[in-house]
Amino acid sequence: MQKSTTDGVRFQAASDQSLLIYFGERITLGAHQRVRRMLHLLEREPIAGIRNLNPAYCSILISFDALNLHHAELEAILLGYIDRLDAVHLPEGRELQIPTCYDGEFGPDLNDVAALHRMTPTQVIELHASVTYIVYFLGFVPGFAYLGELPEALATPRLDSPRRSTPAGSVGIAANQTGVYPFATPGGWRIIGRTPISMFRPDREAMSFLSIGDRVRFTPISAARFAELEKA
Amino acid sequence: MSTIQVQAPGLLTTVQDLGRPGFGSLGVSPSGAADPISLRLGNRLVGNHEGAAGLEMMLLGGTFVFPQGAIVALVGSDFGATVDDVSLNVGTSVEVRPGQTVRLGPTSSSARCYLCVQGGISVKSFLGSASTHILSGIGGFEGRALRKGDLIRIGSATETFRRRTIPSEVSGQLSRRKVLRVTPGPQADWFSESSLRSFYASTYRVGEQSNRMGLRLEDGQEGVTVSQRGASHMITEGVSLGAIQVPTGGSPIILFVEQQTTGGYPKIANVISADLHRVGQLRPRDEIRFEQVTFDTARSLLMEQEKLLSSKGLILE
Repeated sequence: MQKSTTDGVRFQAASDQSLLIYFGERITLGAHQRVRRMLHLLEREPIAGIRNLNPAYCSILISFDALNLHHAELEAILLGYIDRLDAVHLPEGRELQIPTCYDGEFGPDLNDVAALHRMTPTQVIELHASVTYIVYFLGFVPGFAYLGELPEALATPRLDSPRRSTPAGSVGIAANQTGVYPFATPGGWRIIGRTPISMFRPDREAMSFLSIGDRVRFTPISAARFAELEKA
Repeated sequence: MSTIQVQAPGLLTTVQDLGRPGFGSLGVSPSGAADPISLRLGNRLVGNHEGAAGLEMMLLGGTFVFPQGAIVALVGSDFGATVDDVSLNVGTSVEVRPGQTVRLGPTSSSARCYLCVQGGISVKSFLGSASTHILSGIGGFEGRALRKGDLIRIGSATETFRRRTIPSEVSGQLSRRKVLRVTPGPQADWFSESSLRSFYASTYRVGEQSNRMGLRLEDGQEGVTVSQRGASHMITEGVSLGAIQVPTGGSPIILFVEQQTTGGYPKIANVISADLHRVGQLRPRDEIRFEQVTFDTARSLLMEQEKLLSSKGLILE
């Protein structure tokens, strides 16, 4: 159940009701653009029987109604979509800021991360806030954005044993990615700060603060500013 | 308007329907009933459409007062239920009179029991579904499990009481087995021959930490672990319902209804659609094995199951 097509696109059955499309085998901006274009096309021109789309770095998992569709049929339809990818015009990603307090209790792993890289905590903060990140996709839990790429000098392995609970708003890093935990969930990323922004609110028109393709910067704030923004 | 007063919530009682597919790109997993077949049958017993919302109970049921009465049915595992101390069988519709109390206890068989009421449980729909997603606090009743003192609304009901039952031979056909059938996972070929052999030969015990997000599996036998090659190449990707991922530590996890939408561990196998409802009935410490089938077989088994579910003899009036 594995096929290669032209353009380096690969189909892989994931279950009896889902299919993975890979647009590459490495995390690249090129693969990300094709994921976004395919997602855009599938959302604009839905295929009957498709139930769910899970985009990621260089793949989309498509879940479908197995009573009315099977892998080969779906692949044939998708090939028609893939042929049109280059012509898809993507909306420009927004530019957004995530105010982040890196002080004390908000960044429990900041000192360890600094020590690992033989830096001072201030250097870690400056480096983390120095680049514009791209939202590769939302996944894991509602509103969790996978942001890349972290400056090479900050790339850090996950915690050996994940925390049972990471507070909502925690800003973490793992390998060459960074992200914000929208809810208090278990997590293995190293926490270097916290934002007062709600990343996911079901009562808000745009439930997720971030969308795929957005461009994001972290701006350091004081604990006092954090408290103000949290109240607002 | 009819209501249900929660006098005791049970261990983990949530409002569930058939879930909210379609929001994976926001990171929202579908959630929904862990044993959707039981919920569908329960709804048919009380004259609802199959996807109406009901109460899902786990291991220990609750105590519910019906001030205005209701037509109800319990489907799934036997939690030793009573209506005002008269026993209430699983798989049959019953009329609860105003003021009566339905009381459920601990399970005597599998993990979950569904309480369906005519008119359905009425909560504010979120993204088109009543299902509770506990981790993120969305959907259902205030996005959480029920608590003592909650007042739950019942949707409007019009049908007069009709006694309907599910024949025992049908429940037998749908009942739980110790073998879950699977298709190969997307990274199955990353695992060595011996790892695959031991995966299919092992008996696994469902771990205590299992929940609606996932079921942790522990080796029944000492020293049987699954190793994989190429794990360092793994790039986070979408994960499907029933995917069996193998973390570096070697203990497999079945991703379930409230699953994370993406993950970075290789998947060795995936539970077939026709057996997913059985996963919803597994209790901690239950023992299971896996049996591989082809994608074609998985599809035929699902079709047979749906044929059985839509057959005339399924519900007796």
